[in-house]
Amino acid sequence: MTEVLIAAIITIITAATPLIYAALGEMVTEKSGVLNLGVEGMMLMGAVCGFTAVHLSGSATLGILTAALAGTGMALVFAVLVLGFQATQVATGLALTIFGVGLSALIGQDLVGVAYDGLPRLAIPLLSEIPVIGPILFNHDILVYGSFALVFLVSWFLGRTRAGLVLRAVGDSHDAAHAIGYPVIRIRYLAILFGGAMSGVAGACLSLAYSPLWIENMSAGRGWIALALVVFATWRPWRVFVGAYLFGGITILQLHAQALGAGVPAQVMSMLPYAATIVVLVLISRDRNKIRLNSPACIGKPFHPTS
Amino acid sequence: MTATQNIRKSALLEIEGMCKSFPGVLANDRISLSLRSGEIHALLGENGAGKSTLVKMIYGILKPDAGRMLWKGKAAGIDRPVDARQLGIAMVFQHFSLFESMSVFENILLGLERDADPVALRKDIVDISVRYGLPLDPDRHVYTLSVGERQRIEIIRCLLQKPDLLVMDEPTSVLTPQEVDRLFETLRRLCGEGVGILYISHKLDEIKALCEHATILRNGKVVASVDVAEETTQSLASKMMGKEFRTAEQSSGQEKGPVRLGIHGLDHPARDQFGISLRNVELEVHGGEIVGIAGVAGNGQGELLRVLNGEETGIPAEAIMLDGTACAHLGPNPRRALGLASVPEERLGHAAIPSLSLVENALLTTCQRLGLLKFGFINRGKCSAFSEQVVSDFNVKCSHVNAEAGSLSGGNLQKFVVGREISQSPAVMIVSQPTWGVDAGAAQTVRSALRGLANQGAAILVLSQDLDELMEISDRIAAICAGALSPALPVAETSVEQIGLMMAGLDPRQDTEAA
Repeated sequence: MTEVLIAAIITIITAATPLIYAALGEMVTEKSGVLNLGVEGMMLMGAVCGFTAVHLSGSATLGILTAALAGTGMALVFAVLVLGFQATQVATGLALTIFGVGLSALIGQDLVGVAYDGLPRLAIPLLSEIPVIGPILFNHDILVYGSFALVFLVSWFLGRTRAGLVLRAVGDSHDAAHAIGYPVIRIRYLAILFGGAMSGVAGACLSLAYSPLWIENMSAGRGWIALALVVFATWRPWRVFVGAYLFGGITILQLHAQALGAGVPAQVMSMLPYAATIVVLVLISRDRNKIRLNSPACIGKPFHPTS
Repeated sequence: MTATQNIRKSALLEIEGMCKSFPGVLANDRISLSLRSGEIHALLGENGAGKSTLVKMIYGILKPDAGRMLWKGKAAGIDRPVDARQLGIAMVFQHFSLFESMSVFENILLGLERDADPVALRKDIVDISVRYGLPLDPDRHVYTLSVGERQRIEIIRCLLQKPDLLVMDEPTSVLTPQEVDRLFETLRRLCGEGVGILYISHKLDEIKALCEHATILRNGKVVASVDVAEETTQSLASKMMGKEFRTAEQSSGQEKGPVRLGIHGLDHPARDQFGISLRNVELEVHGGEIVGIAGVAGNGQGELLRVLNGEETGIPAEAIMLDGTACAHLGPNPRRALGLASVPEERLGHAAIPSLSLVENALLTTCQRLGLLKFGFINRGKCSAFSEQVVSDFNVKCSHVNAEAGSLSGGNLQKFVVGREISQSPAVMIVSQPTWGVDAGAAQTVRSALRGLANQGAAILVLSQDLDELMEISDRIAAICAGALSPALPVAETSVEQIGLMMAGLDPRQDTEAA
């Protein structure tokens, strides 16, 4: 029984990890005042490019880096369009997703059916020997450890560093930030590129760890879930973390429940992770004052520098 | 005052022959002025006289075409605001550069050139706020603060740089009388310590109260440089405007007409928690009368205006009566048909659509009363003629009536919007901030037009934060505080202090009885 439970928890962690990357990346982008709806497209590009790199080189590190680069490249297209040419963020983001779905399918044409063992597990000496806790916490691939570190990093960066303060300021009022003398456009470029890189890594989590293979459209709407997580978590890193695990957890549990033959239609069970995540996050973030404090006021608004 | 007179050093800032031209306009024509340490120097002029251009050049935002600046006797090249700050010049802008969802502390930190030690900075903020009488809690969030408190953040940001010269661009336009007094105390203390202050304003009594010396600009030129003590507000005004200055005629004291606008027991819950709920508002405005509503921004003025002009409905129909017709359930267009006109505070986006031409903007609110539509088609000739009329009557400076509304300067657009409503001779007119950002001459035009409209029998309700203006044009005055409206008192029997109390939600009559 314990072994089943441990196995379940480990799959939950693997299911939540891509969401953490994608959502935290998007959160940083949104905190700078830019709404990038292209997460799904950037994830798919990350997934396919990462998988291709591993397939060709055999190096997992190279695969993850390639995935991050692919996401960054997609984000760069978006950034040039919305910051350079002042295109509408919503439409451009949607276009980026559609573009990413198509392009990744094209690139991955010959990869369908290719097998990969998945990322190597890095067991931490001694700690991973602890019964129960060891295998749950200290025997994962590098991406899982990275996701833990990322939550701390993003939380520290936004809350404790001057650069993070400036980033939030740009998202709160780009006109005031410009008037004081901060380079609004440059800061937003960096935030968008970071979001792209993290979406790319999220794609790598899917194609190299969660289900190590490539199939068309394998992100299956996780990019949109990541976007929703950011909003429902009211732009706070730790709530993103909780939301991602909630979603991952219910996804896995309902699969187990279906396997055990629960008397509920499969469609209802598949719906559960989405519904539960939204309900829980809405409940914990009802406080409108908190929303006002944490939501970037300038989100989605184009910035026209004057004078 | 004695402290300021003791410090008679050589000039801190000298400007010689500054010129700046924009396409088609010579904004500054050989301007010279000189300012000593410890002096409060007024820069006085109407809108478009070139005040803002001049201070932008001093602060390094604009580059002068010709002329030179001497800072403490040495030639100074100020190409960017950073250069100005390094020399010791600080500026408080008319529009604040603040971040609403951040704390006071974070806002101040963001205004500094580089990262500061948080503990030391917090101490500095507290020190400065105590020393200069600028009470401010570093942990409050900006969106919870009043405009006066927000201005204090900007001032503290400046003072942290320990400036030698403080430039203030129309700092009192949004403050209550009490807040103005407080600001003046701070400024006097600063100049007592040897800081020079360049004070830009077109409010003459403030300049009389605060400044020693005034440089008066008109059409980009210096027309006079005077000792304020030797001038009267009247003489300052005529120098500033180049013509005799007349105040608007008070009401002719004629009999009050019938009640044209009645508001009875109006309750309206706030839309969200940052809005204000209107509570049991009672007011009657008679024909031929101007009633002013004073109040600090954000006390329900916006909500009251939206409820009155029909943007928000869902209240019992009888709560608002227009010429005896219950209309609280009607939307804006039916109310316009009944004779209501309104000018909201926000010019772009609320009163006018920036990307449409003046003609089209005129059409939007006047087509019903003036019959500018025929079977749903626009009568363009009539529309243009009406717009031309407004432009010439209210002296709106624009390239053409087909120019985009967004291309006009704020003051000119305000004149157009107010003129558009007045010119359709409404039965009831509601105006928010009628002369906001409009220069003294044009403000007179607007006020006279309002008075003229009242004399024709219209009922006029004016919401403004400018008390002097309200005192000047209103017959009766009320104050709004946290969504509750005080009874309207006749202006002739009310003092500014009493209105200040009313704006704070107190009843001045009870207060005087108690005392």
